[in-house]
Amino acid sequence: MQQKDVLPMKSEDSDKREAATPEIITGAEAVIRSLIAEDVDTIFGYPGGAIMPIYDALYDFQNKVHHILVRHEQGATHAAQGYTRAGGKTGVVFATSGPGATNLVTGLADAYMDSTPMVCITGQVAAVLLGTDAFQETDVIGITTPITKWNIQVTRPEDIPGAIAKAFYVAKSGRPGPVLVDITKNAQVGKLDFQYKACDYIRSYKPVPVLNMESVEKAADVINSAKKPYILAGHGILISGAEKLLVELSDKAQIPVASTLLGLSAMSTSHPNYVGMLGMHGNYGPNINTNEADVIIAIGMRFDDRVTGEVNSYARQAQIIHIEIDKAEINKIINADVAVHADAKEALTALLPLIKKAEHAEWLETFRAADREEEEKVTRKELYPTEGQLKMAEVVRFISEQTNGEAILVTDVGQHQMIASRYYRFKNPNTNITSGGMGTMGFSLPAAMGAKVGAPDKTVVAVIGDGCFQMTLQELGTIYQTQIGVKIVILNNNFLGMVRQWQQLFFDKRYSSTEMINPDFVQIAKGFYVPGRKVTERSEIAGAVKEMLDTPGAYLLEVVVEQEDNVFPMVPAGAPLTSIRLE
Amino acid sequence: MQKEYTVTVYTEDRCGITNRITVIFTRRGINITSLTTAETEVPGVYKFIITVLSNRELLEKVVGQIERLIEIHRAFVHDEDEVVYQELALYKVSTKSLHNGDIEKIIRDNNARILTITPDYFVLEKTGHQQELIGMLQKLEPYGLIEYTKSGRVAIVKWSRRFHEHLKDLSLLEADNLKD
Repeated sequence: MQQKDVLPMKSEDSDKREAATPEIITGAEAVIRSLIAEDVDTIFGYPGGAIMPIYDALYDFQNKVHHILVRHEQGATHAAQGYTRAGGKTGVVFATSGPGATNLVTGLADAYMDSTPMVCITGQVAAVLLGTDAFQETDVIGITTPITKWNIQVTRPEDIPGAIAKAFYVAKSGRPGPVLVDITKNAQVGKLDFQYKACDYIRSYKPVPVLNMESVEKAADVINSAKKPYILAGHGILISGAEKLLVELSDKAQIPVASTLLGLSAMSTSHPNYVGMLGMHGNYGPNINTNEADVIIAIGMRFDDRVTGEVNSYARQAQIIHIEIDKAEINKIINADVAVHADAKEALTALLPLIKKAEHAEWLETFRAADREEEEKVTRKELYPTEGQLKMAEVVRFISEQTNGEAILVTDVGQHQMIASRYYRFKNPNTNITSGGMGTMGFSLPAAMGAKVGAPDKTVVAVIGDGCFQMTLQELGTIYQTQIGVKIVILNNNFLGMVRQWQQLFFDKRYSSTEMINPDFVQIAKGFYVPGRKVTERSEIAGAVKEMLDTPGAYLLEVVVEQEDNVFPMVPAGAPLTSIRLE
Repeated sequence: MQKEYTVTVYTEDRCGITNRITVIFTRRGINITSLTTAETEVPGVYKFIITVLSNRELLEKVVGQIERLIEIHRAFVHDEDEVVYQELALYKVSTKSLHNGDIEKIIRDNNARILTITPDYFVLEKTGHQQELIGMLQKLEPYGLIEYTKSGRVAIVKWSRRFHEHLKDLSLLEADNLKD
């Protein structure tokens, strides 16, 4: 049997964050004190019967832990995701048993797909009632097993600190992900001898693989002999903090860099070697040149079907180097010629010195040529229209210009998401927050709220469709109560735009259940004491964006945009990348 | 092409681990045809032996996804040629059939053994491969078979090297003491 894997070792600083002397306290207090030991100062949550002892304990720690009362538990999960992705700290969510716990499901699944660390703590009925269909009892462990990185039910108070320590370690380490700790009511009210010990080791878990230098050397050889090398930058770059190394690699060997949806902001969009976004609605050059490159260097990405199109025709000509921390992603969709099973930062650190300086001017020029074609056929009309109704892209252009590309852009799901992702000019890392893998409508309002809490000094702009907004708009209540200064832009086309676009292109314009008869969004915002404005004219948009950004605190800007606008380019679902359509 | 494969998984002793493993098969619509699990020679470490009809390429991916679970040590996929395996069957037969001389021949030919005899029934045990166990079942059928039961697979990998040592190494590492 293969023996090359090194067993995980205990690190020397595993005793840090350890309470000095044990004390007898309740399980509920142990929850809060464990969180404080993990440096948690913010919790997004919603109380209920089975988690009441924990909320009661929280009452005594209000000076240390800020609890943000959301309006729906799903909102708490997305807020925690936004908080983590903007500020870097693991988001924490509280919810009660039964419906409180089931309302976490969408956010957990979203965080799992998009590798976002999150610790959810749910109350549960007393251990003696487990399995009896007690009031608000649900098998949250069973329900969340496939959508969490790890979960555990705690039925004894003395297991609480250990479970929370393990939860944080699992959530943050390796490929991050959400975890759930379900704590029965008896464990919350029971007593324990409290002593907190942070976890940095689980014997069956090796979060960071040992870098195999042979694979790095092989990757370097392949890159050094490449004529048309091409980097696909994924979320893993941001997670591992390898943004600078990515730029160094690209600069050194003059390699074009395209980004996945979640990799956006890893490289500044103004970098000369940055060529655009991959995927179904990505840029033209990045998509067609995937089938032209001789070497593809995929870093921290997982070849999602929205990126690959038809897999059998994907980059057949290219040698694939796949740098990826999650072994299960290697060879899952696209077979790697060189697999570097490693953390992106570690791999790039080892790789860079082996890379020879090179020029690929002609190759880079093919991206620019494709850009010019896209510019002519799509981009210019989108960004600088002179007649007709307002276009989503021009609104995004104004936001991008007026925030100098330095805001945190939080997008929802659909046409507006693709448009905003395509046209926002990202300058700094971790300024793009969106629901990628799951495509969760309703993500952005709560996520933007969390992002603002996680990065209070940044301008946070949520770009939301009219459909998405109505899925989680109750979080305006949280925004008001907590005074969270998010800027909300609703691009209102009175349609579920992306579905309508597909209906137009692939279902003979049979617009089945996609038209929205919408409420007055500005009035709704007013009801939550959030100021706002509705814009329908091109002449007003620049001023309206400025007003939004200049107004202290939260603001809602509704922009009525062209109803039947389509997002192009587009690779039809399941089609080869070469079948990309510009119009 | 679909073939029978044996998947072996080494896990921590944790409530719910079976569910964690099986959902990865069910997500991809792979039916588990047998599942055997028991503690290994190292206390706290369990071995799952799972048989499925599938193809190797798919199972390599499944095994990768199993291995990434927090409480899994290792997971492997083996085809028929890579494992030595046995299954165990019990046969409960009416005692009346003992009067017939042929039953002795069946027991001898199959290397079966008698576990118990009562005035009403006796119980035979046989180990072997599925076809051999079914073969004896068919032979016993005319003699008043009352009940038949068969285990999942127990398998040992032909190419393994010092796996026992590896497991012993594991036992030196501290397991967490969270209880479910």
